[in-house]
Amino acid sequence: MSDVVEKTLTALPSLLSLDSQPGSAKLSSTSKLGNLIRGITELTSKHEEEKLIQRELASIKEQVSSPNTSMRQMKELMVRAIYCESLGYEASFSYIHAIKLAQQGTVLEKRVGYLAVSLFLNESHELLLLLVNTVLKDLQSTNLIEVCMALTVVSQMFPKDMIPAILPLVEEKLNHPKEIIRRKAVLALYKFYLIAPNQVQHIHNKFRKALCDKDPGVMTASLHIYLQMIQENPEGYKDLTASFVTILKQVVGGKLPMDFNYHSVPAPWLQIQLLRILSLLGKNDQSTSEIMYEVLDESLRRAEMNHNITYAILYECVKCIYTIHPKSDLLEKAAKCIGNFVLSPKINLKYLGLKALTYVVQQDPKLALQHQMTIIECLDHPDLIIKRETLELLFRITNAQNVTVIVEKMLEFLHSNTDDYTTIDLVGKVAELAEKYAPGNEWFIETMNTVFSVGGDMMQPDIPNSFLKLLSEGFDTVEEDRKLRLFAVDSYVSLLQGEPGKLPQRFLQVISWVLGEYSHLREELEPATVMRLLAKLLDMKQTSSETKSWVLLAMTKLVRAGQVFQSAQEVSETYGSSMDTVLRQRAQELQHLSQDCELRARVLPQDAGLEPLEVDSSLSFLDGFVSEALAAGAAPYKPPHQRQEELAQAKALSLEPYGLSLPISMSSCSIADRQSPTLLSMSSGLSGDSTDLSHKGSSTTLKLDGVKRVWGREGYLAQREAVEEAAQVEVPSPLRSPSQQAEADSSHSQTPTPTPTPEPDQEKQQLASSLFFGLSSQSSVCLMGKSEPTPQRFRRKAKGQASSSGAAEQISNSLVSAPSAVDNFLCNNLLDSNITSQVGISSSEQTSELSQGPATTNGTCDTEAESTDGDIKGSNPSLIIGDNGLVAADPTPHKDPGSPKDFCLSSHLPAELSELCRSEITPLCSNQSLGLSACHVHKEDSLVLVVFITNSSDAAIRQILLDLDSEQLQVSCVSDSPVEDVTSHSVAMHQFSLTVKRPSVHVEVVGMVSYQLPVGTPQEVQFSYKLPLTSFIRPLTVSTEEYGTMWLSFSHDTKQNLTLISDGEEPLTATLNVLKEKLQLHIVEIIGMEGIIACQLLRDQPCLMHCRVHADVLAVWLRSPVPDLPDCLIYHCQRALQEH
Amino acid sequence: MIKFVLMVNRQGQTRLSRYYQPVELSRRAALEADVVRCCLTRKKDQCSFVEYKDFKLVYRQYAALYIVVGVTDTENELSIYELVHNFVEVLDKYFSRVVRHSDFIFTVQMFYCLSINQLCFVSQQSELDIMFNLDRVHIILDEMIQNGHIVETNKSRILAPLTALDKMADG
Repeated sequence: MSDVVEKTLTALPSLLSLDSQPGSAKLSSTSKLGNLIRGITELTSKHEEEKLIQRELASIKEQVSSPNTSMRQMKELMVRAIYCESLGYEASFSYIHAIKLAQQGTVLEKRVGYLAVSLFLNESHELLLLLVNTVLKDLQSTNLIEVCMALTVVSQMFPKDMIPAILPLVEEKLNHPKEIIRRKAVLALYKFYLIAPNQVQHIHNKFRKALCDKDPGVMTASLHIYLQMIQENPEGYKDLTASFVTILKQVVGGKLPMDFNYHSVPAPWLQIQLLRILSLLGKNDQSTSEIMYEVLDESLRRAEMNHNITYAILYECVKCIYTIHPKSDLLEKAAKCIGNFVLSPKINLKYLGLKALTYVVQQDPKLALQHQMTIIECLDHPDLIIKRETLELLFRITNAQNVTVIVEKMLEFLHSNTDDYTTIDLVGKVAELAEKYAPGNEWFIETMNTVFSVGGDMMQPDIPNSFLKLLSEGFDTVEEDRKLRLFAVDSYVSLLQGEPGKLPQRFLQVISWVLGEYSHLREELEPATVMRLLAKLLDMKQTSSETKSWVLLAMTKLVRAGQVFQSAQEVSETYGSSMDTVLRQRAQELQHLSQDCELRARVLPQDAGLEPLEVDSSLSFLDGFVSEALAAGAAPYKPPHQRQEELAQAKALSLEPYGLSLPISMSSCSIADRQSPTLLSMSSGLSGDSTDLSHKGSSTTLKLDGVKRVWGREGYLAQREAVEEAAQVEVPSPLRSPSQQAEADSSHSQTPTPTPTPEPDQEKQQLASSLFFGLSSQSSVCLMGKSEPTPQRFRRKAKGQASSSGAAEQISNSLVSAPSAVDNFLCNNLLDSNITSQVGISSSEQTSELSQGPATTNGTCDTEAESTDGDIKGSNPSLIIGDNGLVAADPTPHKDPGSPKDFCLSSHLPAELSELCRSEITPLCSNQSLGLSACHVHKEDSLVLVVFITNSSDAAIRQILLDLDSEQLQVSCVSDSPVEDVTSHSVAMHQFSLTVKRPSVHVEVVGMVSYQLPVGTPQEVQFSYKLPLTSFIRPLTVSTEEYGTMWLSFSHDTKQNLTLISDGEEPLTATLNVLKEKLQLHIVEIIGMEGIIACQLLRDQPCLMHCRVHADVLAVWLRSPVPDLPDCLIYHCQRALQEH
Repeated sequence: MIKFVLMVNRQGQTRLSRYYQPVELSRRAALEADVVRCCLTRKKDQCSFVEYKDFKLVYRQYAALYIVVGVTDTENELSIYELVHNFVEVLDKYFSRVVRHSDFIFTVQMFYCLSINQLCFVSQQSELDIMFNLDRVHIILDEMIQNGHIVETNKSRILAPLTALDKMADG
């Protein structure tokens, strides 16, 4: 019992006497709330409560709308309405009155008005707009209390769009003499930063001023902003490290006023906040970390008092020490501290100690050794929370040696566990460990059997998927693969012979897939037997139709053996008329494929998992359908992130009761994710499947947007991330490895058989030695992907990894590509084309420089270029092209052997061209008598290719015939009468106008010159000239409205994420400007986080681009009526940004 | 980060709730019932931190009153546990001062209102139902936690705005 309560209890009896007295008006009005609460408390049924509240709400409603209600009464009514809402009964009629109360009330009434508003309305509620004027007025009030409450409500909720209206006033308050006003102003700015970071970008220096405020409260408030900003960009605030260290030093040293103490500990929550900031700053940064070692050491030393709050600080401190760049003696001290936690009899401390240990063992596994007996005890702790946390810890120290014991413990826990969320999480962990460290086939299959039967239908779908993928792709040797599959088949057959009714649907699906695919491996097993077992599944009542379709598919595979034709016929007849379309589809397939052996062999080849399958990832075959649908008024496709954003607006804390709530980690779940491993050839049936699944997904998954992802396949996400980074730190550290190693060895030799507790019973000892086996040999500890002592048993083949990361273009036959992979494929295709085009470039030596030239130098022309080439560079400001940032290519004289010629050749350019932007003049080919060079000139409405023919011989060259051809381009001769003869040592020039027929990333012109020397036979020279598509891109000036109409009418599109450029400026603007400069695009408009861009491919072939900043990437969507143009353009955008 | 603060009695009835992440009103009751069930079923010698779905609950019991705080997994549970106590101490400081201030006796009555019988105050074992002067408790809480972050823990500073309000209302 708390002494607080006791104290107040003793004060109460004296008041009780007052209760009997008839109260004043004041008293009676407040008693109404009292009566209500009393009434509610005494009720026993929900039904009665509802009745009472409805009556209450009706009476409140009547009173609030009465004109005679005073503000004081209104306040009281609002409190009652708040109470009703907190019981879950909506009182929306009172919202407007709450705003009115904030507007018209005085002092406490006003405060209650604001309070009611902040409790009733969410941040996007439209009524909130009505509050803006009140806030504005109160901010300007001379009454500090009113200013104070206005700032308080602003820092709780304020409509984003109205921030500019009050921002100057709030900023002004930063200089207020009263600390409380300054503090609240900082908190209001923090709120603005959270909801609209762009709006407060210009006042970052004021945040610094707040950090240096002489009042500790104002400084503390500013830390919220800094924590947030440092989380987003730790690099930007490294210079503040010393300041934070100084502040922490002062706080720890007790320099703050006494009233900041909590139980004699100076400002503990402030210390925690500072430690969090420091750990963010010191992560992966040795020099920054060095600044803080001293203060961290001091924090550890100071926090000796035995109070909960000092342990809370210690925990944060240890966490910080293990997050930043490691220092060995600090690590050691921190580890010692953890000992105090774990060994504490106080259960809360034990819990926190385990949590810290979980975090720490990944860097320093010998720490687990020190505490192993404690850990064993915790494993048997009556409190499930402690048990659970211990398993979490064990999960982190699992290796190939102790995996069986740890998994056994986990499964033990799973069997007794009733909480679905924990089950889902643990099942995922067991599956992960089993896959990683399984000591044998038998164990693996049996463990997975338990996983499937316990995890049931709520486990993450990627567990069965990756299991099947593993089986189908195999691992080390063919023989091992065969054994594993055989064992699986045997195991499943015996399971089906038992009581299949008890198995979850997901497991049955896995079983039927495996039996369909691999039962032929067991030769003595009759297909008919398997068929019978599967047919039994179909007959069970509880079998879902999804499972049935898996079963039918397995049967379809089985009929290849031939003998089971009869039962297949029966089944297909039964389900051929099923009401379920998917089932019916499958049954039809079964029927047809069982009759047509040839087709079946093609559709369902044996060992299909090994065969790669080409996938048209761009889904180009649907283009026609899409454009038709769009023309018919369908809404254009929105990428998932866009949809999610829209969804995320209202929801944050998800309360869906136990859905499939674990986030699906795409990285680990591979392409098979969310797909049934059915064959692609069943695509018609698949569409039914996938809609079915996606529908289910939407109804059962927790909405995770807004909710921080804490649990993942790998465990605590935050911690794991930290560890991975910490592990990276560890590698280059000369400080740690040798000394640490020696230390580890020595400590280990001191305790050869670890017996920290005096007399642990033998059983526990034994358990300990099996649990911590493998940990004791320091060098071979296997943690989280660090050096592995033994090769992972089920390490996937390279192919598997590649396809799961989306890097391969081909995926295995039996698996269907997930939608998410499509983008990756697209990306890879582009990258591939990048590679091939580069290969092409280098193979044709003559053009290599040229094609690199324009790509790299476009738009990067500097003053140097101007000085060397100034006379011919297009510097005419009247030219639109020039305006748009296109400049002549950099001649790079030092590199280009032809550049001396360039100068003299360029003088041959006709006057109308010499003023324009052009590429450098590149030699194409040459021999003793004749040299060819070329450049392309960017005209506003066309691209002109100029070919120079230099006669380097002493005689005239006659009958020159220049012939150009291109697959992608249309070439037409500009010159009226092409020069045929070139006299000795002179230059002739041909002009061609080029337009694009078919867009391609690079376009090429091949040509041939035939000529006649005075003596000898006619000669021929061949050449080629390559130029990037960007040469043909021109800005397209359209209005936003025009853009809108054009956008809808274009059918070819592509989507891609680009990296944002973030140097100083606003990233979106900066990135778009780079694109504009390098690629001659026209920025139509930038609205907030979105930008629209237009350009045209000569001539009049528009391409539109829609950019949207999403997280830290730029999601770009291009559309054009021209096929391939979006793809080519996105490639150049990528290049342009990479080169920037 | 703090997701919500709840005050509930032993029957599981909500006395006060404050959410720092939007939760629809219709779902609050279910959440609260669930959360309360999680905490009430735990024994005294068990850990005060409970895993609940993807976040954690930190709870502390004061007689018949439970204060439950929902936090994200990255939060330091023990610091929240102590924050709850700080909150209670602030409440105590405020309301015990009010006791001395004769004009505000009614406030105290509201805060420590009696439920089943008035004798319960004498006996600590019997059920004690603490009820609030709801608005003031909310005002105090708002000074301490905003947007799910701890913004003030200094007791006198937490109470400053409220006492000023009281004085002004008092005239």
